[in-house]
Amino acid sequence: MEKKWEEMSADEKQEAQFQKLLTPKDPEGNDLKFQSPEADANYKASINRIKDAVQLKKTPDSVPVALLPSMFPFINAGMTVEEAMYDYDKCAAAFKKFILEFKPDMHIGAAGPGPGKFYEILDYKLYKWPGHGVAPEHSYQCLEGEYMKAEEYDLLMMDPSFYFRNFYLPRVFGALEGFTMLPPLTGILEMYGVAFNFIPFALPPVQGTYKALFEAGAEALKWAMVMGGTDGELKTLGFPIILGGFTKAPFDVIGDTLRGTRGIMMDMYRQPDKLLKAMEALVPIMIGMGIGAAQQTGNPQIFMPLHKGADGFLSDEQFKKFYWPTFKQVILGLIEGGCIPFPALEGHWGSRLKIIQDIPKGKTMWMVDQTDMAKVKETLGQNACLIGNVPSSMLVLGTPDEVKAYCKELIDTAGKGGGFIMSNGAFFDKAKPENVKAMVDFTREYGVYE
Amino acid sequence: MAGELAKLLSDLKEPEALAFVDKALGEGVDPMELLGDTKEAMNIVGQRFASEEYFIPDLVFSGEILKGIIKKLEPHLKKGEEEKRLGKVIIGTVAGDIHDIGKDLVVFMLDVNGFEVLDLGIDVPVQKFVDTIKETGSTVVGLSGFLTLAFDSMKETVDAIEAAGLRNNVKIMIGGGQMDEQVRDFTGADAYGKDAMAAVKLAKGWIGG
Repeated sequence: MEKKWEEMSADEKQEAQFQKLLTPKDPEGNDLKFQSPEADANYKASINRIKDAVQLKKTPDSVPVALLPSMFPFINAGMTVEEAMYDYDKCAAAFKKFILEFKPDMHIGAAGPGPGKFYEILDYKLYKWPGHGVAPEHSYQCLEGEYMKAEEYDLLMMDPSFYFRNFYLPRVFGALEGFTMLPPLTGILEMYGVAFNFIPFALPPVQGTYKALFEAGAEALKWAMVMGGTDGELKTLGFPIILGGFTKAPFDVIGDTLRGTRGIMMDMYRQPDKLLKAMEALVPIMIGMGIGAAQQTGNPQIFMPLHKGADGFLSDEQFKKFYWPTFKQVILGLIEGGCIPFPALEGHWGSRLKIIQDIPKGKTMWMVDQTDMAKVKETLGQNACLIGNVPSSMLVLGTPDEVKAYCKELIDTAGKGGGFIMSNGAFFDKAKPENVKAMVDFTREYGVYE
Repeated sequence: MAGELAKLLSDLKEPEALAFVDKALGEGVDPMELLGDTKEAMNIVGQRFASEEYFIPDLVFSGEILKGIIKKLEPHLKKGEEEKRLGKVIIGTVAGDIHDIGKDLVVFMLDVNGFEVLDLGIDVPVQKFVDTIKETGSTVVGLSGFLTLAFDSMKETVDAIEAAGLRNNVKIMIGGGQMDEQVRDFTGADAYGKDAMAAVKLAKGWIGG
């Protein structure tokens, strides 16, 4: 009899997740029909390659190649970013063309640009996007601010969902203003007085917010059907998407979009204990976010973009006190839940390697941006799969020969003995297509393990 | 008593530094002397940042304490006692890019190191850089950018400065996110700086001070 999920060890859960990926189903739950026997074989070869690279138990047949673009597939197809965000069919078609042209072992799906109209409906204020603060050909960019006030830590910790609904969300989505009028759900207890809780739903601002939500939900679904359809079709053509969702390190949760960079730095001095406690409170929420996404998508890799732990942002002492403990707890919780944490070391992380290498072996994969890959291999790379780190500047400005020379060096050092996936180091918008091609093709040729 | 404020501020003791200023002003200490102490403190902060004893949070927090002190001193300072500045530096995040954290740190470090900084903000049109060079006669320009899309904006900015016949009058430095030597070469800038202290070093090398 098969073991129940709850009774499995972390090892068994990870293995089960890979087995699930190796026996893909269609949306009706039947075995996925590949478009050709080659597509079937390629799909499984890619999954096995990545599995071997992640688990560090045996060397894969060759170095897997991943492509993790930002807006490149759309810009390369001659579209503006604005078109990619507003014309879902065009966006999906460009993404499909991109995958079929460059043929990576692993991709992250067509969802990158996101649904422009959805953001409009909700009056999203956290970002500027094409037509809304940036030019049509430019990517969306975050508008940092103190969306959570310095004195709101207690509110956040007492009931994070209430805080998000009544305070944070109305500040970042103009259309959600009505949420500020809603009472906590936990006041709904028994017959006496229960009706009072529902009076706010009669108020026009609340009704306006719900109307916007219905409309936004419909738009999100419309968009997701198109992108999901394309990702599913790519699967039948032999190209797996194995990214299952995302979560974040608690320090970045607070530092990126709640208190902002400046705000969190002030808090490190003025109210360090509150900051530490709030991050502790976020740990189970961030673990749940990753595990929930993996269950929903059936894909175990949970992406974690890391920002404020990079070299220079914090001293090593500050990193050890404020960033690493709760980040590590999230990693361990995800592993326990059968996920493969996929943190991205954005920028330089050279000074943190000895700290972050203290993780279970064969359970994670780390995207490396600008950190010296040889040094990463000697440290973190002893316990974890590495993915990266062809520089954005080289993809934009270099030549195919330069790219090949760089990839050769990567395969010789980071690729030694397995545990490495070739990829770009940072999400890229622009690149010379011949450079992207050189990265993939050279790795296919030179990256075969004896 | 001289130097006490410099120590409190450079050691990032916010409540103590603010209380000290209140007490000193109450006792009739010359506010110019206190202002001098803050300058000394920010020098120490800069040195500690350069020697990697301090990091960005420390730098940002020192600026926050400084702001609080200046607010207390301002009503007591006579107008027109602005000290002489080393030279003018123009800084901005290039067209299409709205990232400001890195740029703000550079502005702050240049300012506390004695430069007059003309901060053009974010998403700065090419022509704005050209016009500001013409209007102010600045000899150093810093271009900030986080995105790969900024490579082109930086190049266009350098090209426009060239086309306006101003290229020989200014030194141009770039920095931020995905910037490196290869990008510097592409944009035609004079130097790439990896952090705010590098920007100060470059400006000092070009302007003196």
